[in-house]
Amino acid sequence: MDFQLSDDQRALRTGIRELLAGRFGRDRMRAALDAGTDVDRVVWGELGAAGFFALRLPEAEGGVGLGLPESVLLFEEAGRVLLPGPLAASHLAAGAVKGAAEGGTVVAVLDECRPVAHLGAADALIALVGGEVRVLEGAALREFVRGATCPVRSLDPLTPLHRVTAAASLGDPLPGAEAARFRREGVLLAAAEQLGSAARTTEMAVQHARGREQFGSPIGAFQSVKHLCAQMLVRAELARTAVYAAAVTADPVEIAGAKLLADEAAVRNARDCLQVHGGMGFTWEADVHLHLKRAWLRAGQWLTAAEAEETLAADLC
Amino acid sequence: MTDLSYTPEEEEFRARLREWLGDVLPGLPAKPRPDDWPGRRAYDTAWQRMLYDAGYAGLHWPVDAGGRGATPTQHLIFLEETEKAGAPYVGANFVGLLHAGPTIATEGTAEQRARWLPPVLCGDEIWCQGFSEPEAGSDLASLRTRAVRDGDHYVASGQKIWTSHAEVADWCELLVRTDPAAPKHRGISWLAMRMDAPGVTVRPLRTLAGSTEFAEMFLDEVRVPVSHRVGAENDGWRVTMVTLSFERGTAFVGEVVACRRTLAALAAEARANGRWDDPVLRRTLGRLNAEFRALWRLTQWNVSEAQRAGGSGGVPGTGGSVFKLRYSQARQELYDAAAEVLGADGADLDREWVLDRLTSLSYTIAAGTSQIQQNIVAERILGLPKGR
Repeated sequence: MDFQLSDDQRALRTGIRELLAGRFGRDRMRAALDAGTDVDRVVWGELGAAGFFALRLPEAEGGVGLGLPESVLLFEEAGRVLLPGPLAASHLAAGAVKGAAEGGTVVAVLDECRPVAHLGAADALIALVGGEVRVLEGAALREFVRGATCPVRSLDPLTPLHRVTAAASLGDPLPGAEAARFRREGVLLAAAEQLGSAARTTEMAVQHARGREQFGSPIGAFQSVKHLCAQMLVRAELARTAVYAAAVTADPVEIAGAKLLADEAAVRNARDCLQVHGGMGFTWEADVHLHLKRAWLRAGQWLTAAEAEETLAADLC
Repeated sequence: MTDLSYTPEEEEFRARLREWLGDVLPGLPAKPRPDDWPGRRAYDTAWQRMLYDAGYAGLHWPVDAGGRGATPTQHLIFLEETEKAGAPYVGANFVGLLHAGPTIATEGTAEQRARWLPPVLCGDEIWCQGFSEPEAGSDLASLRTRAVRDGDHYVASGQKIWTSHAEVADWCELLVRTDPAAPKHRGISWLAMRMDAPGVTVRPLRTLAGSTEFAEMFLDEVRVPVSHRVGAENDGWRVTMVTLSFERGTAFVGEVVACRRTLAALAAEARANGRWDDPVLRRTLGRLNAEFRALWRLTQWNVSEAQRAGGSGGVPGTGGSVFKLRYSQARQELYDAAAEVLGADGADLDREWVLDRLTSLSYTIAAGTSQIQQNIVAERILGLPKGR
């Protein structure tokens, strides 16, 4: 047993962190927010060139040949910087939908009756219907968007949503694709993004608590603030081991547990980070509300707390 | 997160251990009642002797201290398998094996190691811990028990409290103030005191669970040879920190395994008595499943980290604080859920889990309260300033 990151995994994490810092730093994120752009095609192409989407495709098919643990590290980094876009759907569609692996095709996902994220920017839509994975592209996709969906004013300004309003043709089943695996991995990757966000808001809170002075000392010297920060770390670290272990085992129950704990860590940590920031935390200018809104959104995607808890309860019998 | 599977060598170690446990456990004496202290000592030391004879005593201790020098992973497997098999808990040997022993092994002289370590490993001698005082609990360094030099002896006077196993212990790892003028962390020494020395009085303390798990201990001019001091005079605080780092590591491995077993039993009970149909309770049990699975993974993460660092035995460091904070909370929630499952029987002290619910209240207090642990995490891991 050796349950720690390997040197290659550490290098991969450093590499993607540097790539994201260069291509989607805070200024870029804020610019996207102001401009209302949800998917930045240039960034998407650069992620594709770096192997973000093709990570798990075999090398013979032009991929990087790595596994689920490495994907989790990428998604954790994406979660840290609030990278928008249907990352999980595009990553999972690599190899099945033309252009997805290279970052040339943006793929959104429709999972049962949940709202669809980034549908307007998508070149392809994967629909999970029962046990099948269906694909809509081109004219059929445009027809679906026009006739069967309507935009929703989204809680998260960087994640536009569409609601499905009418029954419609959802294309042909993708041969060999299994909806259960697609969902399972989607749950895990969303959990990894939540973990990245939870770790980032912990850092933001600590940084603020060290610098901000009140009553003549940094607020981080006050025990009430210390304890908020300590609990944030505890939540993030428990979620980290849950997510990493689930990536290694790919066990459905373990993945459900990882999503449950990562959702809680992302949401609670963002709330506590906002609290540590005080009045400043309630402003549009501080990034913390963007983490909270994304965390709330993701908590409702792929697998909710109620669904996860039922899965975990059934495992006890 | 390279590998969660065990190596063939680790699996072989597990298989041999399992086989041995299957052979010896049926021959153990009957479990004593909780208030039968001589019985508990006899039971716990008999188990320690069996471990010793089979070569499992001090598994994670260094070889030159009489241990087996096992890797942290082997120690994890040992704790997991013994708990799964229902083997006795370390019990009265706890302080000797997990506190005093490792401290003497790390900080003691050759003579001290030769004198004190072998009887700990074979179960001949029991240790207790004389750290906490009525005015020095979480703020341990403010302890007031004094020891004054008189020739080649220290003369110790004061009061200790929460001393587990004091009734049956042969030795006490005693923290005393040897320089009242020094800053509070600097004037402390670590002594090995015989419990039958003149001037030692032990009085059992009754806990809220009704049992006498602890005792208070009064010291009235107790003479302790200077040769029984481990580490330099007035350097006892540093020596103690070496000791405490072991407590927050693998000390809880067996208990996480036990909690997972209890959770499965709760689900079975809930199915049998119909409480499973309550979705709120069912979801609570599901959430606890996620908690204890993750805590088990966190243990494996910490053990792997220690193993990579070349360590053996415990998991020294602050990572243990992160674990303890969440574990102590989850354990209390587990027994609250048990009360929900039991319904009206949750008030019956003879029902399984009811006494455990009371006992679980100590987990957020013992070995550093949750509030102190949060300060440790905030200051030592997150680097927040010391303050109010």
